[in-house]
Formats: sequence, structure tokens, C-alpha cells
Amino acid sequence: MTDKKKTKKPALSAWEIVSISRHPKRPILQNYLSLIVKNFVEFHGDRYYSDDKAMIGGFAEIGGQKVMLIGHNKGKKVNENLERNFGMAKPDGYRKALRLMKLAERFNVPIVTIIDTPGAFPGLEAEERGQAEAIAKNLTEMASIEVPIISVVIGEGGSGGALGIGVGDKILMLSNAIYSVISPEGCASILWRDAKYAPDAANALNLTASDLLRHGVIDEIISEPGEGAHTNYKAIAESAKKSVLKNLEILKKLSIEELIQSRFEKYSGMGKFSVNK
Amino acid sequence: MAWYSETTTAKKKSKKDLWVKCKECHSHIYKSEWEENLNVCPNCNYHGSITSHERINLLFDKNTFEELFNNISPKDSLKFNDLKGSYKDKYELAIKKTGISEAVVTGRGKINGFNAVVAVMDFRFLGGSLGSGTGEKILQAANYAYDNNLPYIVFSASGGARMQEGILSLMQMAKTCAGVARLNKKNIPYISVLINPTTGGVSASYAMVGDLNISEPGALIAFAGRRVIEQTIGEKLPDDFQTSEYLLEHGFIDSIVNRKDMKDYLSNVLSFYNR
Ligand SMILES: [Zn+2]
Repeated sequence: MTDKKKTKKPALSAWEIVSISRHPKRPILQNYLSLIVKNFVEFHGDRYYSDDKAMIGGFAEIGGQKVMLIGHNKGKKVNENLERNFGMAKPDGYRKALRLMKLAERFNVPIVTIIDTPGAFPGLEAEERGQAEAIAKNLTEMASIEVPIISVVIGEGGSGGALGIGVGDKILMLSNAIYSVISPEGCASILWRDAKYAPDAANALNLTASDLLRHGVIDEIISEPGEGAHTNYKAIAESAKKSVLKNLEILKKLSIEELIQSRFEKYSGMGKFSVNK
Repeated sequence: MAWYSETTTAKKKSKKDLWVKCKECHSHIYKSEWEENLNVCPNCNYHGSITSHERINLLFDKNTFEELFNNISPKDSLKFNDLKGSYKDKYELAIKKTGISEAVVTGRGKINGFNAVVAVMDFRFLGGSLGSGTGEKILQAANYAYDNNLPYIVFSASGGARMQEGILSLMQMAKTCAGVARLNKKNIPYISVLINPTTGGVSASYAMVGDLNISEPGALIAFAGRRVIEQTIGEKLPDDFQTSEYLLEHGFIDSIVNRKDMKDYLSNVLSFYNR
């Protein structure tokens, strides 16, 4: 948020930020797990079909605070990415996430979701098992989960696949992360009839953290060090931790009724439209 | 020469006025017969599209429909421009062409005597895309159902989220589902009717979380597009993939109902509501 004041560097273009958000060295959930998370008790499976490795979750401690941590699990090496499907979850992943959120509710433990996905997996088996239903169910259920939810966009916030674990009371976003209704390439190939216009689409879509803050979608920007999060893992992990803990303290002060009501009001207020007369 | 071309255009025009070509079986049907059959092919039962107000007329008892929240229309808050011009020009044209102010018409009325609140999407309006105004109307209608303890029925027909509103359109998925969640909490029935096509962000939000999910024959219901999936898996998909029949088979919808039977089907279900 204060980047402009600190430096005189020209602002990055939306497309440059897209590239940073997808940088091969950009820290992924696993890096945050080893840097700021203690006592991660991972749970597996959706109880219906499989254990989706593109989405992981379990109890965890962040700075002494016990939480349910759930997130998209990208990889860095080829074999990791094959196993984790590049962080593109199937219905099984979204159903596992929901199961763990319900578990958090039962234990009265706040939920932290980490968003980093190109999108929900667009495949035959995903459609067959109800990708749309799985995401829709999460959006509906998350609206009334009776513990605080904090969502952090650490890299790519790819459309419904991101939102499927993103209905937080507070949405935090790294300064070079993106969050969009469609990938710039996908948008360009539809509205510009050619994917090479992706930089124009990226600009038009308003997908950067400062765009999202301006439009009232996110609550806070977590500033990345230097040229981006990939240049200093420790610094960004510490900043993310601080921001999560600070926002949890705010949410913990609310009663369950206040929490659910303010979440409803937050999402009711999303979007801009004209009212005639 | 002039005389000849003039008569052929006149002929063509009248032919187009008289006949409708079915998109499925390609047979030519008299327009009057097609319309009398509610835009459904008498040959192959293909369900063609109808407007939101045509749907409302089919559904509600005479003079019982009261339109609500029709003062909401889109806003170009991102100043979105693509190769074909501005979003503002596009929705202004859509308003002019369709006579409705958003991609959904909302209101209340009686279905064979049973009160219900409805939202009926209109595919003619920017492909039925889900924008902020669309989401707002769907949410306000849900809230109206909540406040008045009335069953809520949404007819979806949509290509998905409205890209020209960027992230704000994505957030309409969470916004509309928040409305559904409140209905669930209060045990107010919510029936989703998925009309051809219901895809992308609409299928992945309110359209797929009905207490009942109903559809019409042959409707396309999908999260990801067929081409994207074929590229991902590198093979051709079966013909019936992502049809309402396919979803029924896989357990995601409750029933496929012919358009002419929809009103009676819904009122029969509503007759079981006992709160
Ligand atoms: Zn036909």
C-alpha cells in the first residue's frame, strides 16, 4: 500500500505483475509451511473419492496461534507439479477443503486459506464428479461457517478455483499476486480473438492487488520485498505471518453472530451497478 | 435484373418469417407451430431459447406476476474496452435490444396458486453473463424470499461471469451464494432450474446448489468449456458430455422436465412445502 511513497520506481504494469506472480522461483505454500508454520497436522481425503494433492490442509500453528490451514499446493519440480497438478484442484480437493473447514468449526479453530492456483482443473473427470457443484457448495457453506476465515492470495488467484476456498472475512493479498475472473490469456482469446493481447487484457481486467483494494474486494496488501517475493522468502513469510495474526486478532473480537452478519454484508456489498430513479 | 433480385429478397424474407429451422434436427417448422409449441421442436423435442418474460408468462398464473428490483442496471466501473469497443456501449445496446435492464428479471407471483419469488435469467442480455447488477438482483430476490418466507426459484441461462466487470463479476458468485446460504439456514426452499446453457461461474455458484436442481432436455450445463477440456486431455469428448441428461446420470440434477410441464411440476413440488 505504501510502495509508492517508499520508492520512486515507476509502477509495474499489470502484465509485469502477472509474470512475477507466476515466477518459477516464487514462494509456494510449501515454503510458507517450512518458514512460518509449526506443528502441521495434515489430514487427507474428501471421504468420497480421493485425496487431491493439489489442495492440502490440516491443523497448524502460526506464531503460537492454532488454525486450520488449507491451501492450493503448487510444486516447483516437474514431479511435484505432476503429482500436485500444478495446484489445479479437482472436486475432491474442494470437498476435502470443505470437510476440513467443517472440522475447524467443530473444534472452534479459525481458518486460514492460502490461494495460489491457475484455476480449478478443467478435465473430464473433474466435470464428471461435479467441479461446478463442489465449488458452488463451498461458496455457500463458507458464507455461514462459524469461525473466522482469513484468505491470503500468495500468487495466482485463478477464478472460481481460487474463490472456492476464498470466501474469507478478511482477504489479504501479496503486492505482486493476481486475482482474476479469467486468465489474461483466456480473456484475450475471447474478447480480443487472440491470446497475444494478454497484456491488454491483464490491464483491462483490474487483477492486481492495488486494483482489488481500490474496488473494495480485498482488505489488505502485504508488501513484497525488493523485486518480488522470490527475492526474499524469509521476509515475505514474516510479513504474511504478521498480517494474518493481526487480522485474526481483529476477527476474534467478534461474536459468532457479528462475524456471520459482517461476512454476509461484506459479500452483499461486492460489485458496482446503477440504480435508476 | 432489379425486378428479379427484389422479388427474391422479398421471398427470402417471407420464408424466414414463416419458418424456423431447428438447431438440432435441422427440420423446418412453421413459425406459428414452433411458437405454439413454446419454441420446442415438435420433431425432436429440442428446447430452443425463450425470453425471460415469455418464461414468466408460462410460469405464473394470469396477472399475478409482480416485477421487483427492476431499477438495477449495469455499470462500467472498470472502464473496460476491448477490440470491439466499450462495455458501456455493449450493455446500453443490450438494454435497447431486449427491453430489460439486466441479464435477469426478478419478481414474485403465483404458480397454480402457490406463491414464489423468482429470478429468470435472459440469455439475450450479454449472453446471460453474471455481472454486479445481475448478482445484486439475484441476491435481493433471495433476501425478499427470506424476509417473506417464500420459496425461491432461479432459472439460470448464462455463459458465466461477465468478464468486462473483472474481479467484481467473480465476487458475484460468492455474493449470490451468501443469499442462498441464508435461505438454507431459515429452511426456505430454493429451487434451481438450469436452462440451456448454464456454464462457468453461474454453474459454479447459485445454479448448482438448489435444494432441487431441475433442467430442461438437452441443456448444456458445464463448468469448463468443451474445447478447453479437449485440449487438456488431448482427446474428443462423448457427444452427450455436459448435457442435462449426462448430469442426471451423474447425480447432479433431480429431474429433466419438458418446458410445457414445468409449471405443473414446480407447483406440485411447492404443494409439499408445509411451513
Ligand atoms: Zn428438431
